Amino acid sequence: MQTEAGAYTQAGPGTSWSRIAGALALAIAVALFAGFLILPVVALLLRVPVSALGEYVTRPVVLDALKLSLFTSLCSLGLMLALGTPVAFVLARHRFAGKPLLETLIEMPVVLPPAVAGVALLLAFGRRGLLGPLLDTAGVELAFTTAAVVLAQTFVASPFYLRSAQAAFQSVPVELEQVAATEGAGRWARFWNVILPLSLPGITGGAVIAWARALAEFGATILFAGNFQGRTQTMPLAIYTQMESDLNAAIVMSAILVCSSFALLVTFRWLSRGQLEITGT
Amino acid sequence: MRPGCRHHPDPREGRSRQPEERAISTGTAAHVKLTAGAVQAMLAGIVAGALALAVLAILTGCAQRPPASATQATSTRGAATPATQTPSSPQHTVVVFAASSLKEAFEALGSNLEKQGVKVEYNLGGSQALAAQLAQGARADVFASADLRTMQSAIDAGVIVSGTQRVLATNRLVVVTQGAGTGTGTGTGRTAVAITDLHDLMRPGLRLVLADRTVPVGNYSLQMLDRLAADPAYGPGFKERVLANVVSYENNVRQVLAKVQLGEADAGIVYATDASTTTLRTIPVPDRYSPLARYYIAPLKDAPHPQAATVFITYALSDEGQQILQNHGFGRAQEGK
Repeated sequence: MQTEAGAYTQAGPGTSWSRIAGALALAIAVALFAGFLILPVVALLLRVPVSALGEYVTRPVVLDALKLSLFTSLCSLGLMLALGTPVAFVLARHRFAGKPLLETLIEMPVVLPPAVAGVALLLAFGRRGLLGPLLDTAGVELAFTTAAVVLAQTFVASPFYLRSAQAAFQSVPVELEQVAATEGAGRWARFWNVILPLSLPGITGGAVIAWARALAEFGATILFAGNFQGRTQTMPLAIYTQMESDLNAAIVMSAILVCSSFALLVTFRWLSRGQLEITGT
Repeated sequence: MRPGCRHHPDPREGRSRQPEERAISTGTAAHVKLTAGAVQAMLAGIVAGALALAVLAILTGCAQRPPASATQATSTRGAATPATQTPSSPQHTVVVFAASSLKEAFEALGSNLEKQGVKVEYNLGGSQALAAQLAQGARADVFASADLRTMQSAIDAGVIVSGTQRVLATNRLVVVTQGAGTGTGTGTGRTAVAITDLHDLMRPGLRLVLADRTVPVGNYSLQMLDRLAADPAYGPGFKERVLANVVSYENNVRQVLAKVQLGEADAGIVYATDASTTTLRTIPVPDRYSPLARYYIAPLKDAPHPQAATVFITYALSDEGQQILQNHGFGRAQEGK
């Protein structure tokens, strides 16, 4: 017994010492890395010209960019919800040949450099692109239009929505659906009354994060849609252009995007947390 | 968010176990605990150490520039012999921030200088973008801008000493277009608006690309439209009608060129030198309409390699350097004075 107690008391201080050292090292690591991630945002917010904020926000270039960003990102969101939801549902509920490949290809825009996305979009939908002649005969013109902005945003942001929506659909147990079916609910009714309500937090979360990504889109837009105030110059493009002539205007717009991105991220986390509580993980 | 876990809302698992374990921790268990703690601490230490190392490496490695500040530069120059200044490499390096229209000409200048032991590194972009980078503390030895306005903004930012800038070369504007003849038969015919002279710039439906007015060439383009509009042959409404055709304001002249080359735009306004790097059809702009673009060159006040900067600028302004610029379509510096 004595030896045991001795071992314990010996181990005691050692453990606490190494715990303290470990905790200290961890704290340093966390502080360094978190600082590295947070510092740029803090530096940006510190430079916001608070006294002249109103003057900058009401400038036509800022207002136009704000309006356009809001409009195009909402259009992109609508497209993703309308077209992406069925795709996510199929991926969640069906197995078919080549599905892993399809999933990988659909996720490609997440890792593609935005400039590559822009070049690829040009080569697909540009006037000399793969579908150029087809669009031409249909009388559709995309280059340098607001539609091109929406296309670019949808291209880069939809994987974020698809991934979340697919996971949300997968989390609805098939048994529940079967129960509903035995009670006479049709396919459509099952989707609306059982699957959709249960997967809503995940779907909304995905929509929010995809919306944030659409708002942030830059590279593909400037290459594919060009840079025209009020038509294709979204917030990131306006920041890039203003950066070179009026740094303060660029800072004000950046701060607006920082705040909106933060708000969207908080919403996303809050929605995900809600889902975690329901699932009880 | 974890799929498939919805079915198991089980809050009991994994609670209140650890206290029990701790209570029955005998000698060996304590040792195990000790080593586990030590391993944890070591791992954390390694993580922290690696991070600290990475930060150190970034700070020392990337910040390590020969004569970092002005005072250091003078002290090195004063104390050390020239031979000890570049002990590791026999070559001098000069970092040149240059307007994107100077690309080919400066690359030719650079390859000649490299034979003389001066290595040239370029940062090419719109002059206004380069001036903004310099104002925010970007390190460079030489700044070559496509107009006085952007050079002046670098002077105003305090990174270039007023009076050290020299006229480097001149340039003129042209209109570039795909034209009807250049297409290789892959019918985009219907929507492409062909233009043959400057009047066509106001043809409805033309897709015209300009550089942004903050970019020197964009500013020159607007001046050109002003001059054309002042001529009764074009009419006072000319500028507005042309601007109504603009589909994009690009951030440097090469992006304007690219949009026309890709066929996305029907026409663009660029420098004569840019047009000559492509096979696009050009519509010349008479000198009375085209403002004379003046390029300026200056050393940076806190240039890390001041001697190399002088070598580069002297060479660019020498007869040989001027000849190279002319070979690429630029006008002589004297014309701009």
